[in-house]
Amino acid sequence: MSGHSTYQPTHPAARWLEDRLPILSLAHSSAVAYPTPRNLNYFWTFGAILTFMLVVQILTGVVLAMQYTAHVSLAFDSVERIMRDVNYGWLIRYMHANGASMFFIAVYIHMFRGMYYGSYKNPREVLWILGVIIFLLMMATAFMGYVLPWGQMSFWGATVITNLFSAIPLVGEHIVTLLWGGFSVDNPTLNRFFSLHYLLPFMIAGVVGLHIWALHHVGQNNPAGVEPKSKDDTVPFTPYATVKDVFATVCFMIFFAWFLFYTPNFLGHADNYVPANPLVTPAHIVPEWYFLPFYAILRAIPDKLGGVLAMFGAIAVLFVLPWLDTSKVRSATYRPLFRQFFWIFAVNCVVLGWLGAKPAEGTYVILSRVCTIYYFLHFLVILPVLGFVEKPKPLPASIADSVLGKKARRDATASAVAKA
Amino acid sequence: MATTHPEISTEPTRRDFLYIATGAVAAVGAAAVVWPFIDQMNPDASTLALASLDFDVSHVAEGQAITVKWRGKPVFIRHRTAKEIEEANAVPEGDLPDKLARNENLEPDAPATDANRAAQGKENWIIMLGNCTHLGCVPVGLSGDFGGWFCPCHGSHYDTAGRIRKGPAPENLHIPPYSFTNDTTIRIG
Repeated sequence: MSGHSTYQPTHPAARWLEDRLPILSLAHSSAVAYPTPRNLNYFWTFGAILTFMLVVQILTGVVLAMQYTAHVSLAFDSVERIMRDVNYGWLIRYMHANGASMFFIAVYIHMFRGMYYGSYKNPREVLWILGVIIFLLMMATAFMGYVLPWGQMSFWGATVITNLFSAIPLVGEHIVTLLWGGFSVDNPTLNRFFSLHYLLPFMIAGVVGLHIWALHHVGQNNPAGVEPKSKDDTVPFTPYATVKDVFATVCFMIFFAWFLFYTPNFLGHADNYVPANPLVTPAHIVPEWYFLPFYAILRAIPDKLGGVLAMFGAIAVLFVLPWLDTSKVRSATYRPLFRQFFWIFAVNCVVLGWLGAKPAEGTYVILSRVCTIYYFLHFLVILPVLGFVEKPKPLPASIADSVLGKKARRDATASAVAKA
Repeated sequence: MATTHPEISTEPTRRDFLYIATGAVAAVGAAAVVWPFIDQMNPDASTLALASLDFDVSHVAEGQAITVKWRGKPVFIRHRTAKEIEEANAVPEGDLPDKLARNENLEPDAPATDANRAAQGKENWIIMLGNCTHLGCVPVGLSGDFGGWFCPCHGSHYDTAGRIRKGPAPENLHIPPYSFTNDTTIRIG
């Protein structure tokens, strides 16, 4: 759905530019006149929040790179120097470290929103797949960034994650040596991770551009999951969506600031304030919280290759989600059974995250296995079957009906009560 | 380009040949450029040069173990007790998930007997890479269900000959190339 912009610049200079590069009308049609469904709720503001977080991470990251030294004998001290000596270094580094967590909180809400309201369904499959690619790039970026302070968690996180590739038959060991640039995680590894950690955010920005392009081509989904049919169903992006996005972003900034100023190390690990030691592994190594569900899946499988495949499979399955969900109805609001399974799935993901932080022993292992099986069951069995057995509720005739109709019904009930 | 012949020839033309030949040269050229960019990631000459290390083990008493760093990796050097050797020898082959010795000083298909894991002719010494064969953490000595090593990361148990017995690790702890240059000095690499 392209914005029906009839924008004509009035200033001669703007007209001159517009005739040579139609950038002003592009901005107007995609950020001002662009029609957004009138029933969007606050879960639809996370796209804006995520864009904001990407900007925060790039800005703070570029500044940190001016103060950081990517060398095994200097990296840890250079980070301490940022924290103690560099003017506002503590603020900028805590913004960057907590910003990564905030970025993942926002992206997980964004993804679950997409799953609840069926935002991945026809015609938004490519939009969804681009989102999964962004998610993968975010994970790679976050992982490599965590290695840079060269603490114990950095070193052993890098060792464990790069060793995942050694599970590949025949060429695994060669791939790991290639990734390391040596026989263990060492200086060449740190250098290349720094280089890639700087590169990937700009690749994310590029894919975000494609993601927004695809979004503006097919139009936003909405809580009712029916396409806009008339002008009554939409409102212009500015001021309605712009102001709502800004308000939500400000609320999110308050949440971010609370972590940043009151408990900046809550989401990290004390072990990463110990310099990397290749001869001693900390007794309890865990990845950052946003990787824990996948880590639990890795550990649930009692076989090296199987565990690695299951972990990557847990992300890969998201790529084919649009074709696994066989229901024609998008929104969970009109899918009584799916709605229940959605919440079971969401709880299952949280439990997996909790299990990922626990030691791999006893009941935790059994529970991890149960939750891993359920994770795949949800995508590979429940979603395909639900589309055939579920009887969805009747869909509203239009977006306007779904919001205004409710109000009309409420008014009718109220007047009936008043009369009685 | 309009053709003057009404019948269309199915024979490849000179132009088709040139297209394919040009494309093929471009593909080979691209591959030739990609290779240096990939290969620069492999260990460089200075890393490869750090290949051997001499270590005097005369001060390592029976029952003691030390860890030395070789190629950035920990190497366990353990002076085993008679009891530990006995325990390792008592394990039936069927109890071993990985039946190969993983000893670079022997043939690749050597079985994982205790004799093949320990130093040749010096059964009381065992020298192994200290990285778990699961995901590379450093196992803790004198612990685990088999009195050998235990990896705290994902729960792999190794016996007193460094053989995997339980847990996700697929292989026995690897044994690097090494030799005794005299009675008390080990050269690793």
